[in-house]
Amino acid sequence: MYVAVKGGEAAIANAERLLAETRRGDPAVPEISTAQIEQQLGLAVDRVMTEGSLYDRELAALALKQACGDQLEAVFLLRAFRTTLPRFGASQPIDTGRMQVARRISATFKDLPGGQILGPSFDYTHRLLDFSLLAAGETPGGPRGESDPEPMPHVLAMLDREGLIESEIEDSPDAPVPDITREPTTYPADRAARLQTLARGDEGFLLALGYSVQRGYGRNHPFAGEIRFGTVEVEFVPEELGFPVSIGDVAVTECEMINQFKGSATEPPQFTRGYGLAFGHCERKTMAMALVDRALRARELGEEIDSPAQDEEFVLAHSDNVEASGFVQHLKLPHYVDFQSELVLVRELRRRAAAAPGRRETALAGDE
Amino acid sequence: MDGYNFAYLDEQTKRMIRRAILKAVAIPGYQVPFASREMPLPYGWGTGGIQVTAAIIGTDDVLKVIDQGADDTTNAVSIRRFFARTTGVATTERTAEATIVQTRHRIPERALSAGQIIVFQVPIPEPLRWLEPRETETRKMHALAEYGAMHVKLYEDVARHGRIATAYDYPVMVGGRYLMRPSPIPKFDNPKLDRSPALQLFGAGREKRIYAVPPWTTVVSLDFEDHPFEVQRWESCCALCGATDSFLDEVIVDDRGGRIFVCSDSDHCGERRAAGHVGPQPDALGQPVAEEAT
Repeated sequence: MYVAVKGGEAAIANAERLLAETRRGDPAVPEISTAQIEQQLGLAVDRVMTEGSLYDRELAALALKQACGDQLEAVFLLRAFRTTLPRFGASQPIDTGRMQVARRISATFKDLPGGQILGPSFDYTHRLLDFSLLAAGETPGGPRGESDPEPMPHVLAMLDREGLIESEIEDSPDAPVPDITREPTTYPADRAARLQTLARGDEGFLLALGYSVQRGYGRNHPFAGEIRFGTVEVEFVPEELGFPVSIGDVAVTECEMINQFKGSATEPPQFTRGYGLAFGHCERKTMAMALVDRALRARELGEEIDSPAQDEEFVLAHSDNVEASGFVQHLKLPHYVDFQSELVLVRELRRRAAAAPGRRETALAGDE
Repeated sequence: MDGYNFAYLDEQTKRMIRRAILKAVAIPGYQVPFASREMPLPYGWGTGGIQVTAAIIGTDDVLKVIDQGADDTTNAVSIRRFFARTTGVATTERTAEATIVQTRHRIPERALSAGQIIVFQVPIPEPLRWLEPRETETRKMHALAEYGAMHVKLYEDVARHGRIATAYDYPVMVGGRYLMRPSPIPKFDNPKLDRSPALQLFGAGREKRIYAVPPWTTVVSLDFEDHPFEVQRWESCCALCGATDSFLDEVIVDDRGGRIFVCSDSDHCGERRAAGHVGPQPDALGQPVAEEAT
C-alpha cells in the first residue's frame, strides 16, 4: 500500500547504501578513477562543466563517477557545490580571438586567414563500432602538424569590416552584466541574461529547439560562420593591483552563426549573428545555442514571433535541466492528500452526473 | 556539518532571502522575486521552503517537518535530516512544540499559535498560471488586481459540473488585495489560513518567488453567493482515533475493495490516541494502540 512510503530514516539509509553498491558494480572489475573519467570520457566532463556552470574538470569527473554516469545528476551535483562557493569578482571578458586553437572551421568560406583546422572531430569518421577497443590496447599517437603562430581572426570580424553583418552592439561596454545566478530573471530579459541561461541550458532541449528553427519554426537561414575550439587565457583585475593578471586557461568552444536579415525601414539588408559558447568541447551544444540565440532576437529585429524557439519566456524558463529534472521527478513524491481531495470531488461529481442523466461526464485536469 | 555554514546557506544569501521575506510580509500575498539558490535537494522537492527555513532558523528553534501531514513520509524525513545535519537544532513531531513547521500539502489540524511560523513548499506560486502562462502578463494582472479570469474559471466549473471543481490549491484573496495560491493544500485547510495567529511564509525555489501571509491577515477563499466555499467531508471517521473533523487519507487495505480512512496529520492522530480516543479499527495499520488508552 502507498503508505509504505513511510518508513523514514532506515529506508533512506538503506537506499543510499544500495545505490553505492550499484554504483561500484562488480567488485571483480577494477574501480574507475576520476582521472580516467577526466581523460577518457572528456566530452562527458565538458558537458557537465558547461551545464553545471563550473570550470573544474576534476570535480566534474567526480560528479560523473558519483552519479553513475548520469549526466543530469552530475550537473546537479556540481551546481549544488557551486552555489556554496564564495565569489571574488568577475574576470575580464575572455578574448577568443587570442585562442590557442585546436579546431577551427568555417562553412562560409573555402579558405580564410589561419586556415581550416579539423582537429579532433567525429565529423568525418564512419560510425562503425571499433571492436579493437574491446581489447585493451594503446592507440597510436595523433599526427602533429606545424603549429601555426599566425593569428586567427574571427570570420565574422572580416564581414564586419564590409558592413555586411551587424556590428556587435556595445552601447555601454562598461555597464554591469547581469548574473542570472544572483538575480532572478525578469522578462523581457536582455541578451546577456539570455546567453547565460542558454549557456547552462540543457543540450537536448536546445538541440531540439535549434532543429525546430531549421525545419521552419521561426526560420532564419543560418550559416555556420565559424566554430572554434581551444584554450583561452582568463584574466582578473584584483582591486588592490588595478591591472589584469592571468589566472589560468580554460578550454572553450565558440560558435558564431550568420543569419539572414531582410532589413527594415531603418536598416538595409545585412547578416545577423547568433552566438554560442560552452566550456570544453561542446560543439553540438554551441551550434544549437547559436541558433536559439538568433531565434530569440526576433523581437529586437522586428520579426514575427510565432514559434517556440522565438518565445523568450518559453525557452528561458524551460531550458535548465536541474530545474526541469527536479520538477518532473517530484511527481514521485507522495501526493495522496491532493489525490484524496480529487477522489472526494470526482466521486461527488459522478454521483451528480448519474443523478442527472444526459449530462456528459467531463474529465478533470489535475496538477501537482 | 563540516565545511558548510549553519543551515547550509552562507550569511549573505540568508540576508538576501530575509529581505525578500520582509518585503513579502509588508505586502501580504504579493510574490517577491528572489535569487533562489541551487540546493543539494532537487528543485520541486521543497527547495523554496528549505531556503526560507534556512534563512530564518536559529539555534533556539525547534523544527517540525511534514509532508502530506505526516512526519514520517520519506521527503519529510529527508528535509528534517538535512536541517538536523546542517544546524543541529532540535526537531520534533509535535505541532505544539515546534517554533517552525515546514510543510508540503497540509496545514496541521492543531491550530497554530502566535510566535509559530509555518513554511509552505510551493511548486507553482502563480495562481493565474493555468489561465495565463506568461509571467509578463500575470504580473500585469496582479498589478491591476485584474482577477476576473479566475472568477470566470470558477464560474465555468459551476456551469459544467454544478459546483466549483477545485479540490486543492484553491485560490484565495489575501488582505483584500492579492490573489494567492495557498500551495497544493486541500481546500479543507483553507479556513486555517484566515486570520491565523502564526506567520505563514511560502517559498517557491524553482520559480524563485517568496510570499507571505502575516499573522491575523484575512484570507478569503473565492466563491459565489449561490455557491459558497465549502470544505471536503467524509462519511467515515478515522479508523485509528475516531476523529470526525480531520482530513482523512484513504488507505486501500486489500485487493477486494477494502479501504479505511485515517488522519493525514500523524501528530494529531497520535495525540488523540494518546488521550484515549479509539477508532473503529485501532490496529488496522499495525500501529501500536496507545497504551495509555483506557
